[in-house]
Order: sequence, then C-alpha cells, then structure tokens
Amino acid sequence: MQSPWLSVLSFLVVSTLVGLGMIGAGRVLRVRARHDSPLKVRPYECGEEPTGPAWMQFHPRYYLVALVFVLFDVEAVFLLPWGVVQRELGPAGVGAALVFVAVLMLGWLYAVRKEALKWQ
Amino acid sequence: MTATLLLATIVKILIMVMFVLNLAAILTWADRRQSSMIQDRVGPNRAVIKIFGKELRLAGLLHPLADGLKFFTKEDFMPPNADRLLFTLAPIMAMGMVFTLVATIPFGDTICLHQFRLFPDFWHVHTGPHGELLDGVERWGTCAADSRNGYAPLELVVAPLGVGILYVFAMSGQGIIGAAIAGWSSDNKFSLMGALRAASQMVSYEVTLGMSLVGAMMIYGTVRLDDMVRWQQEHAWGIFVQPLAFFLFFAAAVAENKRIPFDLPEAESELVSGYFTEYAGMKFGMFYFAEYAEVVTGSMLLVTIFLGGWALPFFHRDGLLVQFGDTTLLRVAIPHVFVTLLGVLAFFGKVIVVCWIQVFVRWSLPRFRYDQLMKLGWRLLLPASLANILVTGVVWLAVDKAGSAASDGLRIAADVTQAVVAMAMTYLIGRGVVGMFGTVTHERNIIGTSAGIAARRGGTKTEPMQA
Repeated sequence: MQSPWLSVLSFLVVSTLVGLGMIGAGRVLRVRARHDSPLKVRPYECGEEPTGPAWMQFHPRYYLVALVFVLFDVEAVFLLPWGVVQRELGPAGVGAALVFVAVLMLGWLYAVRKEALKWQ
Repeated sequence: MTATLLLATIVKILIMVMFVLNLAAILTWADRRQSSMIQDRVGPNRAVIKIFGKELRLAGLLHPLADGLKFFTKEDFMPPNADRLLFTLAPIMAMGMVFTLVATIPFGDTICLHQFRLFPDFWHVHTGPHGELLDGVERWGTCAADSRNGYAPLELVVAPLGVGILYVFAMSGQGIIGAAIAGWSSDNKFSLMGALRAASQMVSYEVTLGMSLVGAMMIYGTVRLDDMVRWQQEHAWGIFVQPLAFFLFFAAAVAENKRIPFDLPEAESELVSGYFTEYAGMKFGMFYFAEYAEVVTGSMLLVTIFLGGWALPFFHRDGLLVQFGDTTLLRVAIPHVFVTLLGVLAFFGKVIVVCWIQVFVRWSLPRFRYDQLMKLGWRLLLPASLANILVTGVVWLAVDKAGSAASDGLRIAADVTQAVVAMAMTYLIGRGVVGMFGTVTHERNIIGTSAGIAARRGGTKTEPMQA
C-alpha cells in the first residue's frame, strides 16, 4: 500500500507545474510593447505622481492583530486534539477544557478592554 | 497491483482537478450571470461562436473561454522595481495551495471492488430473508477485509490522510502567504495596503475557522474527513448537530476567500484591486482563478463537514433503508457500486449548490467597513465559536450520562432530520424541474426586499422599472 503522502506530493507537483505552465504559456504567447513609456512603468496610483517608496511605514495595529492571532491559534492547537479524544476523557476532560478556555477568555477580555482589538 | 493503484490515483487526481478547474471557470460565468439577474440586466452575452453560419451565444457561457484566451495574449507586465522572484511566485502559491487542499477531500464512499461484477449477474443482488445484502458489504464501516474474496477497496479520495482536517488547515493557511507576498513584491502602495488588509483579515478569521470545527470534531470523534461523512450518514447531518458551527464556518470561509462582504483586501472603490493591482495577463488570471477555485474548495469542505458529503438521506452502503428508530418503513437492496456512484454525484451536486449560494451571497450584501470586519471577527465570531465548543462538551456529557432513553430519542430525532433533508431535496429538485419546463414570465417590477418594505409603507413609486 502506497503512502497517502505520495499522492499529496504528486498533487503538489501537479499544481506547481500547472501554475508554471500557465505563466510559461503566457510568456510565450504574450504581446510585447515596443517601447515602455515612462508613464507605463510607473507604479499605478490613479494618475498621481508617486511620492516616496512603496515600502512605507504602516500602522502598528496590524502587528497587534497578528500577536492576538498567535495567542488564539496556539489555543486552537491545544483544543484540536482535545476535541478528538474528549469522549474518552469524560467530565474531567470537559472541566479541564473549561478552565483552559476560561483563562484564555480572560486574556481576550483584557485585550478587548485595552482596545487592542478595536480598529481606531 | 501497484500499477492499478497508480492508475487509480491518477484518475482520482484528474477527477478532482478537472472538477475544480471547470467549476471555477463556470463560476466566473455564474457570478456575472447571477449579478445581472439580481440587478435586472441582461448580463454577459457578447461572446459569439459561429458554427455553419449560426451564431451561438450559449447564454454567455463562452465568456470564460474568451477570458482565458485573453489572459494568455495580454502583455505580461512587471513593474521595474518589483521583486522579480516573489512577484512570479505569488500567483503560483495562491493557485497551487488551493489545488493541494483538494487532495484530502473524499468525494465518494469506499468502493469494494471485489463486489463489482460484470456480466452475467450485473444487476443481481443476493439478499437474505430480511432484505439485507449478502454480499459482504456492511451497512456501516468500510469493505470487509476477507482474503477469500480478493479484498480490493478503492477509496474515492486522492490522499486518505490520517490527519485529515489538520492538513486542510495547514494548506488553507498558505493562502495568506500568496496574497501577502503579492502585495509586498509589487512596489505599489495600493498593493501593500491590500496585502496588509488581506493578511490581517485572513489571520483574524482563521481562528474562527479552526474553532468552529472543534465542536464538529467532538461530535464526530475523528479528524478524518471520510469518517466524518460516515458519521453523518449513520446519524444526522452536521448542520443539525452543529448549527452554530455551520454558520460560523460559512462566514469564516467566505472571509478567507476574500469575497464580498469581506472583500476589503481588494476593495475596488478604495484600493483599485488591492494586492494584485500591478498584475496583468496570465498572472492576474491566476489570482482571479484562484479566487473561484477557493470558492469551490471552501464549498467542498462545507459539504463534507456539515452537509453530509456524499451521503444521501436513507441511502446506505447496501441500499435504501427508510427507518425511524426500530420501525422499518421501506427497504430496497441496491448493488453497492451503484449506491457509491450515486453518492459521488450527490457530493458534486451539493458542492455546486453551495457554490451558487456563495455567488448569491456575494451579490446580495454590501461590503463591511474594516473596523466592522475586525469587530465581527474578534468580538462576535471568536467568542461564539468558543462558547459552541464548551456547550457541545457539556451537552455531550449530559447525553452520555442520561442513559438509553435519551439515546433512543436522539436516534429517532436523527432519523427525522434525515427525513427532513430528504423532503427538502425532493421539493427543491421538483421545483427545479418544474421551473425548467414551465413558462418564463419577465416581470419588470421592483421586487427587492427594501423596495417591498417601502411599498408596504406606501412611499415608493410602483410603476414598472425601465430596463
């Protein structure tokens, strides 16, 4: 019996090849402009003159969301295996999960009260 | 034997990839067609093919074809300051991950190949005194491993992974990377803003996506997708045992696909087209295509986990059995292979219906504001999904302790839900058939909900709207 991961690998190879093939075919068939006008190669900003580089500073709230995400994603990592075996664990298992989630919800409440999740 | 397995795997990969590719292409058409119907327009009808002097328009079905051809022949523009490697890699990642996700979704029950006979007794069913199959096909579970009958199961899933749904999470999480590096490498402020929004939004809804499934996993007791479908076939569909999780998952899946009402990352009126502003030609086509492929794979997951996958109500591995509790109403033995093929058709049919619902949602709702989006994700959906997990755990314990009376009642309730599904499906299919053959009347009136409410309050124009 072959390993199912072999199928996954073949799927990965096939999908990458499809992607490369599409780009390759587009490259072969594409129309090429004779001259690149300076207006054409300029970054598109609705006709405005671009000021400064595109890699600009952005608001730290994006980092904040990412931080809170890591917190809850780790929680999911712990809850997923628990969800599968919880019928064997019985009441003690549900109690433990209750405590675990309650602690995290305290963290969530803290984040809400500190307005970390609010988009000003 | 190995060659047969290899051939079977290739055929399965082809079925899945072809289904996703073709349905995604048709969805681009369905999207426009649906929008034109909702907005009372004619919709796409300009693409014409001439055969023997006859002009064929096929209700605009040629438009996806025309699109595809156009994508190939457009100039493959790349901004001079862009990161060349990442700029090319981003569309490949966006599309590749969608397809890799499909590998673990089961599209049919395991076929017991040793039960498949060609002539002479193709249709013949060996039945016992109570109408049960004497073919070695058990009603539940998989094929009977018996060395005498040349045990040969054919699993209708490309990769029957033991980790199942965890693999799905891993792959769907990669979608963020494609969007993020596309925006980062484009050397454009709109793109960067779009990428930031995309990353932030997908990350926010990823948590809900995972948490809403924990409740379903607790009920099913497994992470394998095919075992989940088997549980639903035996008991009740996931939408009945986990209704809240169904809606949470649906909302999170639409948000992950970055479609209206969650299309902030590519909001046309704000960011041109967000993270793929600078993309043109085939690379833009790949992003466009990946979006629709994501709709298809999201629908596949929704169908597998909450809408019974390949399961049809009252159809089991050995035939049709209408049963409420211990009362049997009807029993028809059907050869196992036919039931399985019917299940495959049912799976693809359900996927198409859910895809259409997503298209319908897209053209019915306005876009969120970004703060509303964050508020919905973090302050409503996330606590709701956590509460769902805890309630599921407590209810499960209560049912476990309540004893046999409760479990008998639940069994009958489960059978009733199957009956509800069966009746709903029959009604919808009947309505569809009647609608196909009935006469079509075009009433050009204001029929929208808000217009109706306004009309009932007596304050809007009631004359027919001009097209």
